[in-house]
Amino acid sequence: MLGYVIQRLLQSVLVMLAMSALVFVGVHAIGNPIDVLISPDATQDIRAEAIRRYGLDLPLWQQYLAFLGRLLRGDFGTSFVFGMPVLELILSRLPATLELALAAVLAGTLIGVPLGIYAGYRPDGILARGIMAVSVLGFSVPTFWVGLILILTFAVNLGWLPAGDRGPVMEVFGVGWSFLTLEGLSFMLLPALNLSLFKLAMMIRLSRAGTREIMLTDTVKFARAAGLSDLTILRRHVLRLIAIPIVTVFGLELGSTLAFAVVTETIFNWPGVGKLIIDSITALDRPVMVAYLVLVAFLFVTINLVVDLSYALLDPRLRRGGAAA
Amino acid sequence: MSAPLLEVRDLRTHFLTRAGVAKAVDGVSFSLGRGEILGLVGESGSGKSVTGFSLLGLVDPPGRIVGGSIRFDGRELVGLPPAEMRALRGRRLAMVFQDPQATLNPVLSIGAQMALAVRAHEAVSERAALARAAAVLARVGIPDAARRLGAYPHEFSGGMRQRVAIATALLHGPDLIVADEPTTALDVSIQAQILAEMKSLAAESGTALIWISHDLATVSALADRVLVMYAGRIVETGPVGAVLRAPIHPYTRGLLDSLPAMAAPGQRLRQIPGTAPSLLAVPAGCAFAPRCPRADAACGAPPPEARLPDRLALCHHPIEVAA
Repeated sequence: MLGYVIQRLLQSVLVMLAMSALVFVGVHAIGNPIDVLISPDATQDIRAEAIRRYGLDLPLWQQYLAFLGRLLRGDFGTSFVFGMPVLELILSRLPATLELALAAVLAGTLIGVPLGIYAGYRPDGILARGIMAVSVLGFSVPTFWVGLILILTFAVNLGWLPAGDRGPVMEVFGVGWSFLTLEGLSFMLLPALNLSLFKLAMMIRLSRAGTREIMLTDTVKFARAAGLSDLTILRRHVLRLIAIPIVTVFGLELGSTLAFAVVTETIFNWPGVGKLIIDSITALDRPVMVAYLVLVAFLFVTINLVVDLSYALLDPRLRRGGAAA
Repeated sequence: MSAPLLEVRDLRTHFLTRAGVAKAVDGVSFSLGRGEILGLVGESGSGKSVTGFSLLGLVDPPGRIVGGSIRFDGRELVGLPPAEMRALRGRRLAMVFQDPQATLNPVLSIGAQMALAVRAHEAVSERAALARAAAVLARVGIPDAARRLGAYPHEFSGGMRQRVAIATALLHGPDLIVADEPTTALDVSIQAQILAEMKSLAAESGTALIWISHDLATVSALADRVLVMYAGRIVETGPVGAVLRAPIHPYTRGLLDSLPAMAAPGQRLRQIPGTAPSLLAVPAGCAFAPRCPRADAACGAPPPEARLPDRLALCHHPIEVAA
């Protein structure tokens, strides 16, 4: 097991290395950050000085190697725009996105899976049809539009919840969190709801399909023959049998939400990393872009590793050292 | 003789499909005494499994019991509220299925699955439920049962898995176990073992057994009486020895003749010509007539009962046997 983990970690280092090279080259192709950074009427001397200061006069491969060298010392570079270390910049924004993404994916899963199981258990019932209608909506209505409608309804018309921003945060271990206070939660509710709608729809589909399939198997028939109630069968047998795809999608969704909650963060003016990366792309702030995307690769690789390891917990047949089937 | 444990009268279970009504079970009647072993024999699609599922109220939609009566220990099961039916299932009526690989949940330990079955009917602690599971596993011949409760189905062999399924059925000491081809998926040597064990377990606990099988040889080794089904109906019933020695119905004769053991070495196996009718369009009159060597114009009408002492066949042209 330990060897497997080490092998996976080495793989992830390779993935991140490839990612950094791709981004480095790609960003170089987009344009010259100097054009954005200094005013067009600056003198040639100032321009040359700036180019030298940011190391942009060197060939690209040298710039990349220098970047890697600094990376090994834990230095992701300094943002062109903010003038502060990139790592510090990203880490100051990450908690906001982290709690928003976790809240959205958790809510989507905790609500979506029971609804989906029910819809799979009574596929022809009125309630099941209602659940599926919600799921279709969640898939097909664009996120930005739902966000705007949420603001319009709950913030503008009803005035129950704030329309945007993060509001006050509570400091724990030097990091500010919203979910620890009621007021913070009120700021978080709408963007989290907005983000979770798609996940909810996805989890409903997934657990409905799994449940429908499992309900037809002899495992369920045998459990019913033993006199188990349908509720017990759903909770103890079916839930365990559909857990693997659910955990897989949970991981994928968590990763992609952490990386790309951009639309929701923009609409609700949520100061997370999604907004940061969009601003950086506009400003051609290369160190931020490269570091951010390498970090995203790291997140994905880590989440996938955790998901793969959790399979062994969920399905005894996948455990190593067990008897062959 | 006391009242029978199970009395089935004119049971009809139909599947209302888009293509029409499939009459999987169409007018089946039989009775079963306490501790008796009944063999239910027929080809695939003859309605024998659906009969078994009907007894436990486990017919899945679009299937439905559309008529008839099932009296179990004096109580009518057809139309019983689902909650009351559930309270009987597993406690007084149990079932064992064909493929233990498919019936046991691969991601739950044997102990956890059996404890769920114990606690479905008794408010006992998990620990007590596991202790009961271990005791019953030991009874069905699983060595070191208490220690194996934490094992998962894939860690058992096919025969051991089926023993776990049988143990699950025995947990509450039921009055009747419906066994739906429980040895078909197993090796021949294991089949014989399981068969012998089932027989002695049933005798020991006074449990009646309905053994559903397409295999006459298995049934002859196990059952007291046999019931032969064809296209959703009973064609012949009687004590297993008498029926197999001298069948009255041409279909039973055909089944017996097609057993490999009946053919001389080197000779072609005999088979019944044609195939079983679609349950959507069972012929009027005798359903077996199109494949029957003795059929004539009279077979277009519903077959009459041909009775011998303790035996019954539904046929226009029964085979004469010395009574």
